[in-house]
Amino acid sequence: MVFLTRIEHFNAAHKLYNPSWSREKNEQVFGACANENWHGHNYELYVTIKGVPDPETGFLFDVKKLSDIIQEHVTEKLDHKNLNVEVDFLRGKMCSTENLAMGIWEQLIPHLPKTVTLHSVKLYETPRIFVEYSG
Amino acid sequence: MERKVAIFRKEHFNAAHRLFVPGWSDEQNMEVFGKCSNPHYHGHNYELIVKVTGVPDPKTGYVINLSTLSSIIKTHVLAKFDHKNLNLDTKEFATMNPTAENIVFVIYEILRGQLDKSLDLSVRLFETERNFVEYPA
Repeated sequence: MVFLTRIEHFNAAHKLYNPSWSREKNEQVFGACANENWHGHNYELYVTIKGVPDPETGFLFDVKKLSDIIQEHVTEKLDHKNLNVEVDFLRGKMCSTENLAMGIWEQLIPHLPKTVTLHSVKLYETPRIFVEYSG
Repeated sequence: MERKVAIFRKEHFNAAHRLFVPGWSDEQNMEVFGKCSNPHYHGHNYELIVKVTGVPDPKTGYVINLSTLSSIIKTHVLAKFDHKNLNLDTKEFATMNPTAENIVFVIYEILRGQLDKSLDLSVRLFETERNFVEYPA
């Protein structure tokens, strides 16, 4: 068993704002993150898969293919986008880093081959704040 | 001997922005600014490095008290830009395109006005880990 991680990144706008609450309550709970006109981040995404390397190639999985899968199903949907407004898999959800990491996991699962297991999605919102989801 | 030394303070702010020229069509803006022109905005973790150069005060040994420098940056720069939409929430970028170049000019002028004339100032602004600007050049 070996772990393989691919790092990708995307830049996006978002806000933490529950539309069923008043503006005052949103500001009380989410502080500056509730700014109505959005703010933004440079997100760093670590996708880790695990499994046994193929004896002929020595690869667990072609990391270029992993990168293509992440780009097609995740970063193209998120990069230079407004997470609250433009992302199909976040519609109706709060745009917290937790929900974003869980959403990214759901996006990746159907596109990975049976020979590898998705181990974790680690998502940095800032260099000091990150979440990790393992299904 | 009066020796100059540079002292640095790092700060950061998170903001949304959009690059576009108001007089241009959406197509023209997309051609020049690409996905940075997305009308729904995108955002960055901006890292700001402020460099102050001068001769240390002979009594304190300080070029500038770092706590004072940090307070100046927080009060006059971060309070304006952190968790804001640069295009919509700041008067500085109400009409000026919020490129990294223009942001660093604005931050420089704000800080220049707060620092003693005897001190030299330089500002470096990272928009991403790989994209950054510096002023004066």
